[in-house]
Amino acid sequence: MTPEIAAFLTIDGVATGAIYVLIALGFVLIFAVTRVIFVPFGDIAAFTALTLAALETKHLPGTVGLVAALAALASLMEIVKLLRSRRAGAIPRALLFYLVLPLVPVAAVWATAGTLLPLPLRIVLALALILPIAPLLDRVVYRPIADGTVLLLLTVSVALHFALVGLGLLFFGPEGVRTESLTDYTLILGGVPISGQSILIVAAAIIFSGILFLFFEFTIIGKSLHATAVNRTGARLMGIRPERSGTIAYLFGSLLAGVSGILISPVNTIFYDSGFLIGLKAFVGAIIGGLVSFPVTAIGSLFVGVLESFAAFQSSSFKEVIVFSILIPVLLWRSYSFAHSEEDIDE
Amino acid sequence: MSVAAMRLVIAVAVVLVAAAPFYLAPFTITLMNYIGIYGLVALGLVLMTGVGGMVSFGQAAFMGIAAYSTAWLSAVMGYSPWLGLLLALALTSLVAAVLGAVTLRLRGHFLSLSTIAWGLAIYFTFGNIPGLGNFNGITSVPPVAVGPVKLLASDQIYYLIWLVVLLAMLLAHNMLASRVGRAMRSLRGGNPMVESLGIDAFRIRLATFVIAALLAALAGWLYAHMSRFVSPTPFDVTMGIEFLMMAMVGGSGYLLGAIVGAALITLLKNSVQDYLPLIAPSASGQLEIVVFSALFILFLQHAREGIVPFVARFLPETRRRPPPAAEPLPRRRQPDAGQVLLDVEGCSRRFGGLMAVNDVSFELRSGEILGLIGPNGAGKSTMFNLVTGALPVSAGKIVFAGADITKTTQRKIARAGIARTFQHVKLRPRMTLLDNVLLGTYSRTRSGFLAGALNLDAHEERQAYYEAIRQLQRVGLGERPYELAGNLPLGNQRVLEIARALAADPVLLVLDEPAAGLRRQEKLALAALLRNLKAEGLTILIVEHDMDFVMNLVDRIVVMEFGCKLCEGAPAEVRVDPRVQEAYLGGVA
Repeated sequence: MTPEIAAFLTIDGVATGAIYVLIALGFVLIFAVTRVIFVPFGDIAAFTALTLAALETKHLPGTVGLVAALAALASLMEIVKLLRSRRAGAIPRALLFYLVLPLVPVAAVWATAGTLLPLPLRIVLALALILPIAPLLDRVVYRPIADGTVLLLLTVSVALHFALVGLGLLFFGPEGVRTESLTDYTLILGGVPISGQSILIVAAAIIFSGILFLFFEFTIIGKSLHATAVNRTGARLMGIRPERSGTIAYLFGSLLAGVSGILISPVNTIFYDSGFLIGLKAFVGAIIGGLVSFPVTAIGSLFVGVLESFAAFQSSSFKEVIVFSILIPVLLWRSYSFAHSEEDIDE
Repeated sequence: MSVAAMRLVIAVAVVLVAAAPFYLAPFTITLMNYIGIYGLVALGLVLMTGVGGMVSFGQAAFMGIAAYSTAWLSAVMGYSPWLGLLLALALTSLVAAVLGAVTLRLRGHFLSLSTIAWGLAIYFTFGNIPGLGNFNGITSVPPVAVGPVKLLASDQIYYLIWLVVLLAMLLAHNMLASRVGRAMRSLRGGNPMVESLGIDAFRIRLATFVIAALLAALAGWLYAHMSRFVSPTPFDVTMGIEFLMMAMVGGSGYLLGAIVGAALITLLKNSVQDYLPLIAPSASGQLEIVVFSALFILFLQHAREGIVPFVARFLPETRRRPPPAAEPLPRRRQPDAGQVLLDVEGCSRRFGGLMAVNDVSFELRSGEILGLIGPNGAGKSTMFNLVTGALPVSAGKIVFAGADITKTTQRKIARAGIARTFQHVKLRPRMTLLDNVLLGTYSRTRSGFLAGALNLDAHEERQAYYEAIRQLQRVGLGERPYELAGNLPLGNQRVLEIARALAADPVLLVLDEPAAGLRRQEKLALAALLRNLKAEGLTILIVEHDMDFVMNLVDRIVVMEFGCKLCEGAPAEVRVDPRVQEAYLGGVA
């Protein structure tokens, strides 16, 4: 391997790693606030790419149906819950949040279907369409068992992921997509070309990590999210609504996933089921960070990206095996450095 | 229902299973074969998830390792499938042991996440090895031959499959009822209690994990020789979650749940495959997984317990007699009265900037009852955790019975003869009183997994049961040994903890606020019990808030305040000590 190839692989790896950083940060954010390991997170990224591709080809994206169906289901559950607790007066407000708001981007996409909008507008629409999915899933799937153990929530997450992959195939079809590239710019640095796309990806990762950091350190909402993460009951006693904290975490997390989906789709062909592998690799990064630390997660995800890039060069067919096998030494390291962590009390 | 009636039900079930090929259609027999194979994997998950509290999405990968081992050895290399079975079991247990050693020390969800990752890694490995036919797999795997008979037809291999299933169920049932089985059942709910009884939680976890993998390996071997073809697809993570679904739907704490769950999911899947094309002809494949996942989520939201426990509620309870008398377990020799048993020399424990225990020294002589008192936050419980090894000492030295135990693990300290109770009661509420106390005998008995599974431990078990019932009777809980511990009021739970500690035949009994939550009569009974124990030569260290209780019981008292030792002496001396009065009542303003 020549130094040029090594440099090229490293740059490629950092760009891939930056994608994982975005998704892994979302994992950690959602886990920290809700204790849900949101396995379908990678699917959200893939669905964003598929949505953007549909808008590009002037098709009605499958996300429209998905969001509409989820919104209807969530509203129905909310209405039933309110009627049962005899609070029918709160129904209009619930409908606003669970039905009207999610349907705004759906309506916008519907109205503009068939016309090719300019790229920035397409991106905004795709993101707006993707944002309600995770909060709605939270309402439908996780909230009834919000007090369950981490393991229960994880089991539900895995099942949910499979449901979403099935729905993805149903709504988007089996074809892979690759969207229009966001920039044609190429930087030549010391003889090694760096694509503008890679720079954009890394920049996005840096910007969003920065926002996340500032948000948690300096805003009251960030602090209330943190409080919910530490102790739900305690936070509730302080007047923080854990449900609301959860929704905010899902929204912000979906934004991260959406952005990564938009950034990755010009580089990689995305299928309805591509999300799982992307998400799982980001997971490896998140696990390096112990699902707690944002900075270590970011470094870990970059490491996974670089490792994958070198592994693909050495043996493309075993690239996945190598990436997932890295978990073993990582877990070994974690198990010895954190051996005294309290067990989940599960009885 | 009596034990005899239970045996009859089981015998009828076995006969029905054995005669199935004579009254069921061939297609149903094929389905039964799948149910048996999947049931084996689910049985492993019941042990792992339902009993041991570890959730795995990767059992399909273990099944795959076994299926590929035997397929390669028999179809590619041309050896007998029976040799394939050996290779399958050996390779699977090796992989499981390595993966388990790495992941089982971690919190539960890390373990589960890693099962997804290595499940995928193993799947991709199968698909990328040319010698294993890449993603096309290995064809023409030979059938298993029993003597001259080749098990080709589905009603032939049916007998092999269900024989394995029934044997596996029987062995698993025996094992769960044995010494290690009780340890497995005690895993859920955290390590501190388990380790305090001298049980190596990690070793039990690892063994459970490997056993579950071996069951999956058996299933994989049967699968390879039943379908005569292996490819990576059936061993995907999707299948992994289906196995988990079977175990949980059936009722993951119950062995029978594995078979019931496997049957239900397999039949449901079969009928979904029949009906979905009628509803959505073009998209039935993808709808199937959506429907299944949605059903599973609904199940987890509303009926987490599963089917078997739900049905079991309507069945009459099995009547069990109290365990009979037996030869008692060998006892430890109590040290001679009056010699130094525990010597704490200048012990400190720091939590970040807080000195919870600061340079505390005291001695405990065998045969005495020493009280450790002090206001809230004085560091009593921390001191307690240092003595029992639950927390490492920051500085200082602890000597127990002549041996330095400063750096010894909690488990070894327990085995050396220090038994403890907890301030916040740590019992296993879903185990019976008897089982909870039996856990205490763990360090005095030695039967392992194999002895338990093969029922070779009967003599020792009788001894342990007798010991447990004696200790229960001694603390006044001998009336209903088969009651669930969770049904007891708090006061009795504390007493049950003492019985458990006594079952370990300790030299030193360490009690953390044993009188909290007890009524007056119960306190008197407890004090009488402790005096009795003292008369038998047992040494007791007790942390207590109830001054009446302490003052009338103990020989000497050590008073702590703000992490330091304030004074020590006989109860009467301590009571009049001005420093103690100031610590408890505040200084004269």
